[in-house]
Amino acid sequence: MNTPLRRVSVGFMLLFFALLANITYVQAFQADELNARQDNRRVVLDEYSRERGPIIVADTPVARSVSTEDEFEYLRQYPEGPLYAHATGYYSFLFGRAAIERAENDVLAGTDDRLFVRRLVDLVTGREPRGGSVKLTLDPAAQRAAYDGLGDRKGAVVALDTTTGAILAMASTPTYDPSPLASHSLDEQQAAWDSLTTDPNRPMLNRAIAQTLPPGSVFKIVTSAAALESGYTPETVVPGPAEYDLPQSTRTLPNQSGQPCGPGGETTLTNALRISCNTAFAYIGNDLGGDALREQAERFGYNSQPLPEMNAATSVFPEELDEPQTALAAIGQFDVRATPLEIAMTSAAVANRGVLMRPYLVEEILGPDLAVIDQTQPSELSQAVSAETARDLTAMMVDVVENGTGGNAAIPGIPVAGKTGTAQSASDRPPYAWFTSFAPADDPRVAVAVVIEEAGENTDISGGRLAAPVARAVMEAVLGS
Amino acid sequence: MSETSDPPTPRRGRGIELALLLFAVAISVAAYVSVDIGALGRVPPDALGYFGGLAALAGVAHVAVRLRAPYADPTLLPLVVTLNGLGLAMIHRIDLARAGEGGLAGAGLEAAAAPSQLTWMVVGVGLFVAVLVLVRDYRVLARFTYTAGFLGLVLLLLPLVPGLGREINGAQIWIRVGPLSFQPGEAAKIVLIVAFAGYLVRTRDALALAGRRVLGVDLPRARDLGPILVVWVTALAILVFQRDLGPSLLLFGIFVLMIYIATERVSWLVLGALLAVLGGLAANALFAHVQVRVDGWLDPFSDTDRFFQIVQSLYGLAYGGLLGTGLGQGRPDLVPFAQSDFIVAAFGEELGLTGLMAIIVAYGLLAARGFRTALVQRDPFGKLLAAGLAISLALQVFIVVGGVTRLIPLTGLTTPFLSQGGSSLVMNWVLVALLVRISDATRRPTPPAPPTDEAVTQVVKL
Repeated sequence: MNTPLRRVSVGFMLLFFALLANITYVQAFQADELNARQDNRRVVLDEYSRERGPIIVADTPVARSVSTEDEFEYLRQYPEGPLYAHATGYYSFLFGRAAIERAENDVLAGTDDRLFVRRLVDLVTGREPRGGSVKLTLDPAAQRAAYDGLGDRKGAVVALDTTTGAILAMASTPTYDPSPLASHSLDEQQAAWDSLTTDPNRPMLNRAIAQTLPPGSVFKIVTSAAALESGYTPETVVPGPAEYDLPQSTRTLPNQSGQPCGPGGETTLTNALRISCNTAFAYIGNDLGGDALREQAERFGYNSQPLPEMNAATSVFPEELDEPQTALAAIGQFDVRATPLEIAMTSAAVANRGVLMRPYLVEEILGPDLAVIDQTQPSELSQAVSAETARDLTAMMVDVVENGTGGNAAIPGIPVAGKTGTAQSASDRPPYAWFTSFAPADDPRVAVAVVIEEAGENTDISGGRLAAPVARAVMEAVLGS
Repeated sequence: MSETSDPPTPRRGRGIELALLLFAVAISVAAYVSVDIGALGRVPPDALGYFGGLAALAGVAHVAVRLRAPYADPTLLPLVVTLNGLGLAMIHRIDLARAGEGGLAGAGLEAAAAPSQLTWMVVGVGLFVAVLVLVRDYRVLARFTYTAGFLGLVLLLLPLVPGLGREINGAQIWIRVGPLSFQPGEAAKIVLIVAFAGYLVRTRDALALAGRRVLGVDLPRARDLGPILVVWVTALAILVFQRDLGPSLLLFGIFVLMIYIATERVSWLVLGALLAVLGGLAANALFAHVQVRVDGWLDPFSDTDRFFQIVQSLYGLAYGGLLGTGLGQGRPDLVPFAQSDFIVAAFGEELGLTGLMAIIVAYGLLAARGFRTALVQRDPFGKLLAAGLAISLALQVFIVVGGVTRLIPLTGLTTPFLSQGGSSLVMNWVLVALLVRISDATRRPTPPAPPTDEAVTQVVKL
């Protein structure tokens, strides 16, 4: 019986070697991959045991870790929770991380390669390793103005520094308080999560960057830009009848007023933008063609994702449009979808002599000792329009505010360029009121986009009436500071 | 194995055993102390008492071996004490984590498991001594072959008796008598190994007769297939009615390997493998609780909620890395059943790859000493019995460690000596007592049994 006995014992020896080889694979080779998984709670616990770096807005922490007595050791706090919730995101044991807490986790947790030397120093000096800080581009006054302006209405605001692309305000309502999600009571975390995720108004949705809506008439800036780039001038006369007969279709596209846009059903490009003339822009759209519109839209940032680190949504201008679709797309309807961020980028590009800057939210990465480790350098995304077109477009948009639908955005003593919009996504839901603007028009510093969902009436007046005052308040906050 | 015509008189090795035992107790107490230092930042106040208690237990076992099995293999007892001591330390460690405030793992406050495990260790050592005292000669066990077989089957079926059996965590493998819960399957395992050994010694000649030859393999005669089919059906019944994959696999594996050793016919291995695959495939197709295990083995990260256990186990192992977090400094309580089925993951986390390797090697040594006892033993019954016990130990360790580390699909089995659980601990002490008893007989200078025909030609160096 010894031969099979030896074979069996050798067989078991091989099985035991397999066990050893397998744990070597799991613990030595697969370990990094397993430890990097977000649902691995050990890694979170390990993070909790270190002092997580703060998220800073204008020298004030809007997310910080304070020492506690319980097993987590540090509690994440958001002193002005709802005001910055969509920027900071949350840091939750049960539900992971979001927004900057997720995007800059390596820095905040202190595991980023850029903090390597400091970790070594901590190791040598025996100090508890700490995370780095993330300084945001947000302007507290603008951020507060945005939230005050939105009030309890559903909507969003984005404000950009026109010359750098820095995001000065990013507001989305309804907002939420991230603090309960970071609570050390798991019941409290769960309760907060349940109530936030079941709220039909979706407070955790960042409407400023993560939700696309039909832009409606604010898209006429893009159509105007395409027209000016292809030979139109602000004084070019275009047809502007009361109704535009959609080609290949029996349907017509009316002006909201039901009136022609000028005497004899004709109007200039400037006047068409001023009174937001649907029929004129539908005509221009078909005159230029869908491809020209799309190319122009893409130079303004459509069809590519901005702020990927924040999971921003990609604004869309569709391909292969037929003529009726092109006419509708030219006035920001059909399948055109844009985020408030994209609308603000469009205005910012016009303001910045046609140069579109890459939007960014993180200003600086700081070490635990607050020494600057990394700084975001503004960079150009594209030349959206020529400087000449930008100048003409600026003048036309100033005209909108001074003589047209955007009067509510006017700031005494400062020239403001803007455009109203109202858009409908479905016939059974209330329209969206849009407004976008930049100021000062002669030396632009800030561009703003505002959207308010569920505006009462479906006219551009609502964009001017509801959204323009919010935009003005945000611009004033930036210019006043 | 080199052969000599004149085997030297074997050393008893009791001094070596005592030295190794001191080492084993030292390791166990060091683990216990470092758990408290790591988790609570202080030396446990009862460290000395703990040391005294463990030393006393080991001492009692050692004295019993000295008096009743003086020629026994000196490494068996120290290995077992080491494993048992490490298990106690880890169970205590997870007690501490569970008692900690916050209750992050979602585990409520449970009664501390370590004290009761220590009590079971006392019972285990008691039975170890009892086996050595009562079973003066293991060969008497051969007389009870059929009694043992019957008893084994009854023990296996007991949990299915209404009113007596209890379902815990989805497996119907417990019986409850008054306040005590017991897994009769652990006892059944040993009793059945005794029965298998006795039965195979009697029938191995018939079982070795070749039937038809298919594809170069001599298949057994159809009429000899009875026993293997009975065990196969029993194993399947455990799987179906008690919803427990591990014991089923273990029982069948032990029997097939023992029949192979007894008959020296590879055909039994082939047949056994075929039946196991057949049963396994059917089980996977028919039973959700088996499917979960197989799916979770193939791709645990496709659904981390459904495959929560194995995923948490892998996270624990990964977090431990090469050197571990140190005892008391990881979060082994995040793994479900960390004190019982998944204790290996807890060791992997806090002692790292290094510590887990040491534990697996310790099991390997234990099994190797068992196989060596079987190899050297001349009496066929003793040979088969020792082989069966060693196989049971090695196979169980492979199944449970392989399952927890995702080498093979996860199955519910305890890790011998480490896992929390009185039935398992006590019965493994009995198992080792039997091994000690056989190894004592094996190494005695004058074999009490007349050599068998086979053994005469096989003189073995010790």
